[in-house]
Amino acid sequence: MSNRRVLTGNHFMNGDIATAEGAMAARIGFFAGYPITPSTEVAERLARRMPEVGDTFIQMEDELASMAAIIGGSLAGKRSMTATSGPGISLMMENLGLAAMMEAPCVVVNIQRGGPSTGLPTLAGQSDIMQARWGSHGDYRIIAYSPWSPQEAFDLTVLSFNMADRYRVPTLLLADEVIGHMVERVVIPEESEIEHWERKKPTKPPNGRFKPFEALDDDLVPPIAHAGEGYKVHFTGLTHDERGYPDMTPDTHQKLVTRLVEKIRVNADDIIRTEDYQLDDAKIVLISFGCTARSARRAVRDAREQGIPVGLLRMISIWPFPKKIIKELASNADTFIVAEMNLGQMSREVERHVSQPVVGVNHAGGEMISPEKILKAIKEVAGDV
Amino acid sequence: MSEMIVVQDHPLDNIIRKDRMPHIWCPGCGIGIVMRAYATAIQETGIPLDQHVVVSGIGCTGRVAGYMDIDSYHSTHGRALPFATGIKLGNPDLTVTVISGDGDLASIGGNHLIHAARRNIDLKVICVNNFNYGMTGGQVGPTTPTGAFGTTAPYGNPELPFNLPFLLAASGANYVSRWTTMHIREMKKEFLYTYSKPGFTFTEIISPCPIGFGKSNNIDTGLEEMELYRRRCELVRPGELPLDDLDINLIEDKPIYVGRFVDRDNPPFSPAKPKEEK
Ligand SMILES: Cc1ncc(C[n+]2csc(CCOP(=O)(O)OP(=O)(O)O)c2C)c(N)n1
Ligand code: SF4
Ligand SMILES: [Mg+2]
Repeated sequence: MSNRRVLTGNHFMNGDIATAEGAMAARIGFFAGYPITPSTEVAERLARRMPEVGDTFIQMEDELASMAAIIGGSLAGKRSMTATSGPGISLMMENLGLAAMMEAPCVVVNIQRGGPSTGLPTLAGQSDIMQARWGSHGDYRIIAYSPWSPQEAFDLTVLSFNMADRYRVPTLLLADEVIGHMVERVVIPEESEIEHWERKKPTKPPNGRFKPFEALDDDLVPPIAHAGEGYKVHFTGLTHDERGYPDMTPDTHQKLVTRLVEKIRVNADDIIRTEDYQLDDAKIVLISFGCTARSARRAVRDAREQGIPVGLLRMISIWPFPKKIIKELASNADTFIVAEMNLGQMSREVERHVSQPVVGVNHAGGEMISPEKILKAIKEVAGDV
Repeated sequence: MSEMIVVQDHPLDNIIRKDRMPHIWCPGCGIGIVMRAYATAIQETGIPLDQHVVVSGIGCTGRVAGYMDIDSYHSTHGRALPFATGIKLGNPDLTVTVISGDGDLASIGGNHLIHAARRNIDLKVICVNNFNYGMTGGQVGPTTPTGAFGTTAPYGNPELPFNLPFLLAASGANYVSRWTTMHIREMKKEFLYTYSKPGFTFTEIISPCPIGFGKSNNIDTGLEEMELYRRRCELVRPGELPLDDLDINLIEDKPIYVGRFVDRDNPPFSPAKPKEEK
């Protein structure tokens, strides 16, 4: 194919391939995965591409193993990723919790299909929104981005690696089958233009006891030392102190878990990405993400032509939730509409933050919600049926 | 002012996290013996300690990782092998040892075990087999001999156990051996040998668990349990016995065979590389 790491230039590619190329551009070093529709092309592309530049691709025996392996790869110092869908992401939840607990940076791609269970293997869903946020047991936070185009799949994969490293947190690329399989133009920039954020490393050479869980900076992110760097680190999924040593006491647990959660909260402004469309004077605020946002934007355009004051907030990041932005919009809006390919997961979250009515435009999955269906909801809300 | 009393240095001081002592293991437990043999062996490998990594799963044996003063990782139940696979592939220069229990490696991690062996990935596995789930209080597991008792088998274990050497040999490991915690010298020597052996190596150590296994099976102490195993031990040379004869049967008066059963040099896993273009 090419032994270049970054395929600078104009391409036509689907979202899965763009995700794989985003990972290449982000200097992924290790991929472990297990095939599942509709994410398989990510693995297939990387199986070919990574060895070309000397990186390691491995197909594991299942998703439990894949997720465990990328934590290992990450803690050995490599940017690491896996890719999966519904049934596979459910299996990964076990060790996603471990990655959160060990603060192991990694990228987990979920090309969503219709669930629950085996559901709709070849058709889209957006119904893993809450699972992404709450899927493993215990309190923790992750970051999640949801692309609405193959171009954005590329861009957000790069961003996901950067965020994962900056905040020592598993970061999910929460795409959907429509985006994964849609072929569009993707522009890959020059290698020098691709941002690369480094992990925070220890400032002193290894003598004495380095504390890989001691967060001294305001961002609450501790520096990380990798296997083989001489720091004799200990990582455990048990509740641990700043040295990484197990310490199963309520105080240590409170301190650790609170920091895992706060780490994302205090940095939310840096993490969150949204896009406004016609929001300035909007009395009706439409919220959408991923493939559904494409229909939503069209619906807003059509509604505006009919004089309805509606605008779109496209959520590019899904988690953390853009609480502040929604609250600001609420100061001027009469109604919120949330369009999503599930039975109301994000509208439930919006409802928690606004006092206005929240109207859902939903479909359980399998086909895109049409612009007409969203437009109809907008018109109903505007009292203009 | 109080004066510091300096006790004599322990030969393993530089490799054990003293700041984590005392350990959690019960009196009479065999895991400490295995850890000591491992710690002694890796100091003699000639590989710098900062290139040694230890990975454990969950269980009493899983706690070994937390006591070794090297880069050490205590993963989730059953996932030590895939986790270690990631570390090894993330940095192939490292020497990665997996130390975990029979339940962790062969039950919840059983799928990973056979696949890691099939790949013949360069991991050194030490499996502490105490015939039960020690950590959770003595339930039966995949290695519990038929008829033995456990808290979840009050009428005796109705199932057949794994013959681990047979399983690992069939799966593709380059090296398979079995010892008991009485074989202190052999254990260390064999551990050391595995570090000179590329590919997947698997060393099973039969170990006393007086609190978990002993309690349900009328064995009062760790020493008594060790004695029981020692009496049955028979050393076999590679190829001397068919591997499917290595079953452990505690009800009938059958020997526990120990020794090095598999020692071969199949190529270890190495990540794919593109074919050179002609
Ligand atoms: C997913 C999951 N299931 C169950 C447990 C509870 N658990 C902890 S240790 C253990 C068994 C360990 O047995 P073994 O691997 O033989 O180690 P030993 O304690 O005997 O050394 C179990 C079932 C767990 N920690 N995680
Ligand atoms: S329960 Fe058994 S294996 Fe666990 S520490 Fe006690 S004796 Fe050892
Ligand atoms: Mg056990």
